[in-house]
Amino acid sequence: MNNYLASIKRCKIYRKKILLLSKKLSALHIAPAFSCIEIVDFIYSKFINKKENIFIMSKGHASIIQYIVLNEKGLISNKELDRFCKPNGILGTHPDYGTPGIYASTGSLGHGAGLAVGRAYAKKVMKQKGFVICLLSDGELQEGSTWEAVMMAANKKLDNLIFFVDNNDFSGLERMSVSHKAFYPIDKKFSSFGWQTFKVNGHNYNQINNCFKKKNLKPKVIICKTIKGKGVSFMENVPIWHYRSPNEKELITALKELDNEK
Amino acid sequence: MRNKFADVFFEESKKNKKLGLVVADISPAGSIEKFRKSFPKRFINTGVAEQIMIGMCAGMAQQGMRMVAYTIATFSLYRPFEFVRDDICYQNLPITIVGIGGGVTYSTLGATHHAQEDISIATSLPNMQVICPADPLETEAATKWCLKKSKKPTYLRLGKAGEYNFTKISNEKWSFGKIRLIKKGKNIAILSVGTVIKIAFDIINKSKNNLKDSSVYSFSTIKPFDTKTLKKIFKNYKRIIVIEESSGSGTVSSQLKAFAQEQRYFGKINTFNLKDEFIHVYGSHDDILKSHELTFKKIIRKIK
Ligand SMILES: Cc1ncc(C[n+]2csc(CCOP(=O)(O)OP(=O)(O)O)c2C)c(N)n1
Repeated sequence: MNNYLASIKRCKIYRKKILLLSKKLSALHIAPAFSCIEIVDFIYSKFINKKENIFIMSKGHASIIQYIVLNEKGLISNKELDRFCKPNGILGTHPDYGTPGIYASTGSLGHGAGLAVGRAYAKKVMKQKGFVICLLSDGELQEGSTWEAVMMAANKKLDNLIFFVDNNDFSGLERMSVSHKAFYPIDKKFSSFGWQTFKVNGHNYNQINNCFKKKNLKPKVIICKTIKGKGVSFMENVPIWHYRSPNEKELITALKELDNEK
Repeated sequence: MRNKFADVFFEESKKNKKLGLVVADISPAGSIEKFRKSFPKRFINTGVAEQIMIGMCAGMAQQGMRMVAYTIATFSLYRPFEFVRDDICYQNLPITIVGIGGGVTYSTLGATHHAQEDISIATSLPNMQVICPADPLETEAATKWCLKKSKKPTYLRLGKAGEYNFTKISNEKWSFGKIRLIKKGKNIAILSVGTVIKIAFDIINKSKNNLKDSSVYSFSTIKPFDTKTLKKIFKNYKRIIVIEESSGSGTVSSQLKAFAQEQRYFGKINTFNLKDEFIHVYGSHDDILKSHELTFKKIIRKIK
């Protein structure tokens, strides 16, 4: 099976697993996770198979997809996954530094970029191999702290730094293209700060992969056009699913939809 | 409490055209949504951007508007901290900063969403007034005061939703800057800060010994610190218990101990706070309070 088809297969399984977990918790942040499943899957299959590469999940509220992948990889047990957000477990809504496979405690938005720049720069200082990868939500690009990091990365010519932006056009409250028009264009902002910039369909493995053909001495950002809640029609682009978990009926409908998808 | 705040705010906004609200990508509870629809210009969502939330509030207040900043407690106070300090407190502007989900209310979201030190931080700022209502009824009174009377910066720490109105049995009205007697008893003075008043009532309702006959006070204004009422409490009780969902210096516990020393109070003081720790535990609000040993059972055991 080629990489593209294999990714589709994996992501379908991930979506189902997340939906099934939602039975245990009323606030699972499903839509934020569904938005970036293909991106996270790409990052893990392409980069986090090597020890020297590092992945910071800056949009920490979507950690559930990270836990699911880490579970597949054997770093997080089924038992822990079952105890998600329970008093005797180790997994909470946001990633916690020290949990196996988690590189940074995030959850407050706009912190991952700075941590990633620090790690990438330290790699240079200490002559270490490997990339530092950071997944940001588009909401995080509203934080000033993110742009401080973006500027610093270019100052230090961090060609070992890769940002993925999950550009679903939604923050928690509303559609950015409607409420905050000056938010766009994103790509020009990054390139004027000295970054190598790409714009792709964030649900497509091949398009993401194509960004890694050419070498370049700049930090790299891949702006991924995505759909918040992608995969379940009634969750797509509907703000309440930022937070909410489905009820029994909705769960069955959602699982059916995923099964019928080609 | 969120909804009560929203209701009062909306009512007030119809009367005062200079009243404005700035949020940072937080879905507005109940009546705030109505406010947004009725007065779209006076509702501002900065997006996920807390520094500009505080900065804009300060600028708008300088132009003569009455402003409120509103988001989750950690993001209304910690994230834009220096903006709160310089733009609002240093310039002494009558702005209300609302922190939703104070303490460890956001129990499954982990330490990034826990405001354990907010009271400590807020009380340390010159000019800042700090209010922590016990329930929706006190939230109503405190919000009205903030929107109409306050002349200085205020940090208003709220819980989330569904809190029981423990203070409805009080004979005293809520008033800014005053410790308020909610239920009178003889033996011990229980001073509770904020929504943990439910633990104070557990003590008098569930315990079997003389603790039953204790007084419960709501210590809702933490700054300024009500030394006048405290002096009376020192005089009338041989034992004082403080219960508060926060840690650090500047909390009621630490201020009260220092004041007691100064006043040569020779009674017993027991204080119950959050631990000075990041607790890596998830679950319900009660689960997190339990891991901080802030529960009825633990307290009873310790004060026996
Ligand atoms: C500094 C900070 N402010 C506010 C929040 C509360 N919050 C959690 S998710 C979210 C917005 C979600 O939108 P976005 O960041 O674009 O993520 P996505 O749409 O990918 O889920 C907000 C405001 C936070 N976690 N951190």
